Amino acid sequence: MISFSHVTKRYPGGQEALKGVTLTIEAGEMVFVTGHSGAGKSTLLKLVAAIERPTGGTVLVNGQNVGALRPRAVPFLRRNLGLIFQDQKLLFDRTVFDNVMLPLSITGFERREAARRVRAALDKVGLLAKEKANPITLSGGEQQRLAVARAIVHRPAILLADEPTGNLDAAHAAEIGELFKSFNQVGVTVVVATHDEAFAARLKPRLVALKEGRVVR
Amino acid sequence: MKAWLWNHADALSGTLARFARAPLATLLNVLVIGIALALPAGLYVALVNVQGLARGLTADPQLTVFLALEAGRADAERIEQRLKAHPAVRAARFVPREQALKELKAATGLADVVDSLPANPLPDAFVVEPREAAAQALERLREELSRWPRVAHVQLDTAWARRLEAGLKLARLAVALLATLFGLALVAIAFNTIRLQILTRREEIEVAKLIGASDPFIRRPFLYFGTLQGLVGGLAAWLIIWGGVALLNSALADLSRLYAARLELASLGLEDGLSLLGFSAALGWLGAWLSVNQHLSRIQPR
Repeated sequence: MISFSHVTKRYPGGQEALKGVTLTIEAGEMVFVTGHSGAGKSTLLKLVAAIERPTGGTVLVNGQNVGALRPRAVPFLRRNLGLIFQDQKLLFDRTVFDNVMLPLSITGFERREAARRVRAALDKVGLLAKEKANPITLSGGEQQRLAVARAIVHRPAILLADEPTGNLDAAHAAEIGELFKSFNQVGVTVVVATHDEAFAARLKPRLVALKEGRVVR
Repeated sequence: MKAWLWNHADALSGTLARFARAPLATLLNVLVIGIALALPAGLYVALVNVQGLARGLTADPQLTVFLALEAGRADAERIEQRLKAHPAVRAARFVPREQALKELKAATGLADVVDSLPANPLPDAFVVEPREAAAQALERLREELSRWPRVAHVQLDTAWARRLEAGLKLARLAVALLATLFGLALVAIAFNTIRLQILTRREEIEVAKLIGASDPFIRRPFLYFGTLQGLVGGLAAWLIIWGGVALLNSALADLSRLYAARLELASLGLEDGLSLLGFSAALGWLGAWLSVNQHLSRIQPR
């Protein structure tokens, strides 16, 4: 469960990204946060993953106060999350397989079991045939699917996606949407920030609209 | 526990792979470290050799008591009695002036010169073996004997050995100083290498942090790299010294054949060599640790 109560986030420059946001996302829910760029969608996700800290209010993730987390504890919070970024953040100095392996090697997973899970994740996003390729050779849609595979390979309880379809055409965006839906169906909490209303509407999730740092719907 | 071991094995194999990926840069780094360590370590080896030589020479300290030229046999006998009764003297041997002249003639090949002298210029003398070899005790005894009547001069035969000892002390200090300086250089080399690596792997570190890598996990490969680089650099230094000593010994072999004496330099012993390796590995680790702590905290995902 993710819960925001009266959360304010002011960046060092003085810009206020969130103004008193109160919001609860139940476990197993699928929520799309919509709004124009600059409405505070990315900030909302960053607060959940402790990439940013709130300047006011509290953010709870599975009962933990994320804003008050010690730096040492942050990695363990993030291991329960799957993160997907608009710019994917793939590593181009290693294969598709090794990119997906990363979250498992961090926790020191047993090798054979890890390899099995990596292949299962790649199969899920339809990239099993390209496991030895370098991500640079993949198309934009494939790269985003690879990012999805990396985000779910360690079976996180919460999946956070920031503009996952930002660079994709409608067909590829639909593929990603279907993937999110299937994860949600097996119990994963999915939170997606997007300005793409059409993409959001098709999956019939719960919609949260942000405008200038406030929840308007 | 098993996961932890896997992590370390991963970090180690990753480090080895990174060595292999840039063989020339690695080789040059190792060479720089090797040379930097070979200088103080080589000086240390030279010092050990000289010390070994000096130890063979400074076996027993002796005092030579020269009597005044006008002293007669009776004076000499009285002084002999006094010396033998002295508590600080273990033994005293009388060297009459005639014998001293004969020895001088035989030993130095100055027979012609000695024969041409109108009178024997050498005084009677005693060679005294003291009970105590400590520098202070010797000096005290020398002072006391030189105040006796009919004694012209007392010479401490260990003076040159003590001068050598003082010189060695200075050399030891120089080695320590040099080792400290080059040790610092090693730390600086490791620091810089790791800094460059962190900068080039910035993206990877950022992603690793985002997906939940702990700081020790991120630090580990860099620490391994620094330690391993130091270790291999130390090995290079050992090889350089070994090669240098072998080269000098083959040159010395000719020399010792000519002088019919056995001259051979000792190389770095196993114990000293292993401490060199430990020392360089530890310094490499230290440089990497400083660098990682300095630079890693600045990389925060946004």
